[in-house]
This record gives sequence, C-alpha cells and structure tokens, in this order.
Amino acid sequence: MDLFLFFTALFLATLRLATPLVFASLGGMISERSGIINIALESFMLMGAFVGAVAAHYSEHAWIGWMAAFLGGLAIAAVYAFFVIELRADQIITGMAFNLLAMGLIPFFSKILFNSTGSTPSLPLESRFSFEPLLVAALLVLALSWWLKNTRSGLWLLFAGENPQALLASGVSVKKVRWAAVTLSGGFAAWGGASLSLYLASSYSPLMTGGRGFMALASLIFGKWRPVPTFLACLLFALADAIQIRLQGVQINGTEIPVQFIQILPYIVTIIALAGFIGTSRPPKALGKEL
Amino acid sequence: MVKNILTTLLALLISSLFSSQSFSGVLRVGLVLDKGGKDDKSFNSAAYAGATKAEKELKIELKYVEATDTNAIESLLRNFARKNYDLVIGVGFAEKDSMSKVAPQFPNVKFAIIDGEVSKPNVRSLMFAEHEGAFIVGALAAMATKTEHVGFVGGMDIPLIRRFSMGYSAGAKYIKPKINVSENYVGVTGEAWNNPAKSKELAITQYGNGADVIFVAAGASNTGVFDAAEDKKKLAIGCDSNQNWIKPGFILTSMFKAVDVAVFDTIKDAQQNKFTGGLVQFGLKNLGVNYTSDKYNEKLLTAEMRTKIEEIKKKIILGQIQVPDYFKRK
Repeated sequence: MDLFLFFTALFLATLRLATPLVFASLGGMISERSGIINIALESFMLMGAFVGAVAAHYSEHAWIGWMAAFLGGLAIAAVYAFFVIELRADQIITGMAFNLLAMGLIPFFSKILFNSTGSTPSLPLESRFSFEPLLVAALLVLALSWWLKNTRSGLWLLFAGENPQALLASGVSVKKVRWAAVTLSGGFAAWGGASLSLYLASSYSPLMTGGRGFMALASLIFGKWRPVPTFLACLLFALADAIQIRLQGVQINGTEIPVQFIQILPYIVTIIALAGFIGTSRPPKALGKEL
Repeated sequence: MVKNILTTLLALLISSLFSSQSFSGVLRVGLVLDKGGKDDKSFNSAAYAGATKAEKELKIELKYVEATDTNAIESLLRNFARKNYDLVIGVGFAEKDSMSKVAPQFPNVKFAIIDGEVSKPNVRSLMFAEHEGAFIVGALAAMATKTEHVGFVGGMDIPLIRRFSMGYSAGAKYIKPKINVSENYVGVTGEAWNNPAKSKELAITQYGNGADVIFVAAGASNTGVFDAAEDKKKLAIGCDSNQNWIKPGFILTSMFKAVDVAVFDTIKDAQQNKFTGGLVQFGLKNLGVNYTSDKYNEKLLTAEMRTKIEEIKKKIILGQIQVPDYFKRK
C-alpha cells in the first residue's frame, strides 16, 4: 500500500512538473517544424507567466488569465516572427536577445502596474487552477498530432520546414505559414508560463521559468520534433526531476549522498538522452535556412 | 574640429566629476540588492524597507539597484563607489567576493555588507545568528506538529542555509528528541531563490511523507511552500521578513532577521560620523533574530508555546543552551 501511494505521488508530481515543459516544447515544435529555430521559448514563457498572472489578478479569474497569456504569447512571438521572417535576422541571436528582452521588459511593466520589480500580487485559490492545465496539455498533444497527420494545413507546416520550395510551387506562401507557426508557438509557450504562475505557483516571480524553455527544447529534439514522442520526452525529464526530489537526503550504507549530485540528475538525463541514446534525431531539413 | 570635440568632452568629463560629488552635505547611500530584487517579500525587501525608512527620517539620498545577475554585482558596487557615494550597502552573501575586491580600491568610501564577512577597515559586516533564530522556530515547529515529523526546505545547499537547517533541527530535537526532520533543497543555481513552482513540489512531497510543519529559507521561492501549505491544509514557517501575512492561518510564524534595523542603523551611524568597520553581530540577545507573532498567527501559537519559547530564548541568551552553528562546526 505504501508503495502504491509512493508511485501515485510520484506519478502526479511527474505530471505537474511536465505541464510547463509540454506546452513550451509543443510551441517549439510548431515553430521548428515550419523551419524557424526557436530558442526564444524562455521569453515567451516568461511573458505568458507574467501576463497570465496580471490578468488573473485583475479579473480574479484563472481562465481569463489563461487566455490573456495566450494573447501575450502571440504578441511577443509576432515581434519575433517579424525579426526573423521579415527582417531575416539570425534566429539564434534574435532568440537570445528575446530572452534578455523579457528579463528587462517584464520588471518594467511590473513596476508601472504594481510599483514592484519583483513578483506580482499573489493570487487567491479561487483564481488559480487546480488541475485544468494538465488536461489542456494532454488535449493539445492529441490535437496537434492529429492535425499534423490529417489536415492540409498540417502538411503545409511540415513542408515549410522540409521543402519550402515545393510548398511555394504549389502556390502556398511559406512566409504566411511560418508567421502563423511562430506566433502560435508563442501562444503555446506562454501557456507553459501561465501554468507556472496560475497553476504550480500563485504569482509571477522574476525568472520563474528557471531554464524550462531550454529543457523544452531538449525534449523537442529528444522527441524528434513529433508531438507524442516530445510529450513522452517531457514526461521523462519531469520524472527525473520528481525522482530527484524524493532522493534528496536518502542514505546509502549510512552515508548521505551530497544533495548536489542528486539535484543534477535531470540534467544528466538530458545529456545522456541527447547524446544519441535515442538514435538519430533529424531536424526539419530547412530549419534555420532562409528562403 | 577635433580640438572642439575634445574640449567639449573634457568639459563634460569635468562637469560630470563635479556634479556627482555631494556639496550639499546630504549623505548619499547606494544599495545593491541581489537577485531576489526589492520585492522578494523576504530578505531584500527588508533591506529596502530599512533604507527607505532612513531616506524618509534621516533625509539621506538613496539610490538602489538590483543585480539581475551575480556577475553584475561587482560593477554595480564599483559604480556607486566611483561616483563617491558615502555609503555603499551590499545585500546578501553573494556580494561578499565582489565587495572584498572593490572595497580596498575605494578606501574613502564606506561599505556595509549583510550576511557576509569582509575584513577590510572600511567595511562593516552585518551578520545574523541565523542558527539561534532557526533553533527557536524549530522548537515551535516541534511543539506544533501532530505527526512528530517536520520539514525544512532550503534554497541552495550552501553553508548559510545549512546554518538554518542545523539550528532548526536542533531546536526541534530539543523539544522532541525523536522527531523526524526532512530536508530538501530547491536547486543548484541562482534560480533556486526564484523557483516557487519547484519549492511547492518539494513541500508537497514532504507533506505527503508525513511532515506537517515546514520551515522554508529560499528567498522568493518561499511562496511555493506557503501555497503547498494552503493546498494541503498544513503549516509553514516563513523566513527573513515577517511573512505571516502572506497566507494567514497557514504560517505558524516567521524567523525574522532584523535586516531593516541593521541597514537603518548603519546609515544612521554613517550620517553621524559614527561608522566603524568590522563585524556587527545580530542575535537573539539584541533582537536581531526572533520569531514573529502578530494578528495573522495569534491563533496558531498557543499561550503554552509562547511561555515555553520565551524560556528557551532566555536559556540561549544566558548560554545554558548551546545552539550548534554550522559556521563553527568541526
């Protein structure tokens, strides 16, 4: 019975820890499948976490915060799309710049709204989620994998990343497809952020994503840029984290393992996973290439 | 043309040199907050509160900056010193190394650092006896627990935080020698102080394992543990500032560090030319650390607990109870 309880708790913790990763990596997937490298996920997440917390604070409604986060993500991703698609800026550098931008921009707005450069006012239980983002994440995985396989627009997305010339030849604007993909990726990644501020914590606090945007990228590569495997990769990383939490302070033969060694477990899993443990992971052919 | 530009530049340089000097006799204080920022509801907030109080009451000129990145601290400290600020205050152990580098370069500027010891003649090190405060809240936790199991969540596994955890479990064991104490840490990098989602997960795990009171010392990550306490209807203990108000009814008490008083007094001393370098200790004796009691937790602390804890406090001050100090361990 104790073992059963242990595994239930571990399972639930894994799901919770995976939620922000799932949203962010699905966002990254859409963008990268269309041919645009997206390391700006971290900034989209931060934006979503902040906008979501602010909207939920003023409206006292978690769902309004959730929708606002999506819109906030669309907005910042649209700016990113403008730079990398229209102005053809280097995608890696622009992505980094966006991550830095979010670090400065959010405290700026936060100062105007709350006269605080730190966290937003904390949200009461009623205007927070208790489990809903989990369901949304699962539904999104299913919806995306169905969409990519079975719809015309899903195929457009794949072709924009694999063979943009062919897509052009068939009379579809690659630019438009990429614009749509990148902005949508912002919306999804922002949900990842919002699931932090509205579900796992109770307010926005500075840099609360703590590198989850990059973990999401790793899951995406691990999952070979496909929705269901990416989802499973997120679960694996979250499981490593959940186990890490439970292993802290465990003793082996009376000596305690230094806690730092246990804390790096998720990162070791990431490195091993990405170091080819899974076989070749092939990125979309036109990823990062200009038209 | 070139000459013109050069003269203009020179003029600008000279004017900027002079403009940054204080002729009005107003004490100029620069405050360098660390990563948590002035609204971390914890440590930095307390330092900021002390400094703004000084700004209002002592009519000093206050400028503050937040170091978003540990690497930026050195240049932020140097910036204030170079502009001839009278007193530069660094908040947090993370500023220790930078300050020991910068302070000797500006012997005429006064420096103060909180939670770090820098032995330079122009630096005042403000140190708190965290172990004593942690002992007190550990004893309170042991009195409040019904499961004979209490928890500790620290930000990072560093000596300062170990000092908290060591004092805490000693305090808990002083009351109930057989009590179970769980211990967890949020992270390994600076994000540990800003990761409420993670600290909440740690707290949920500890509550799930049977703990019913958790003491948290993790800066802005503290709120995650408070959220978990609210969700699971258990108790938490805040840290650094009085955090009882954040989740009334779920926060047993807070281990309070009088960072605001330390900052205020240092500024006051500098203004009255009484500033001295060296180490200043804040402990239970001079109310530098304490547990907090206010309208938000008055129902959680019973009269019995209060009498008992005051007794323990007296014994610690008189030296009848030796609180283990991680900094002085063998």
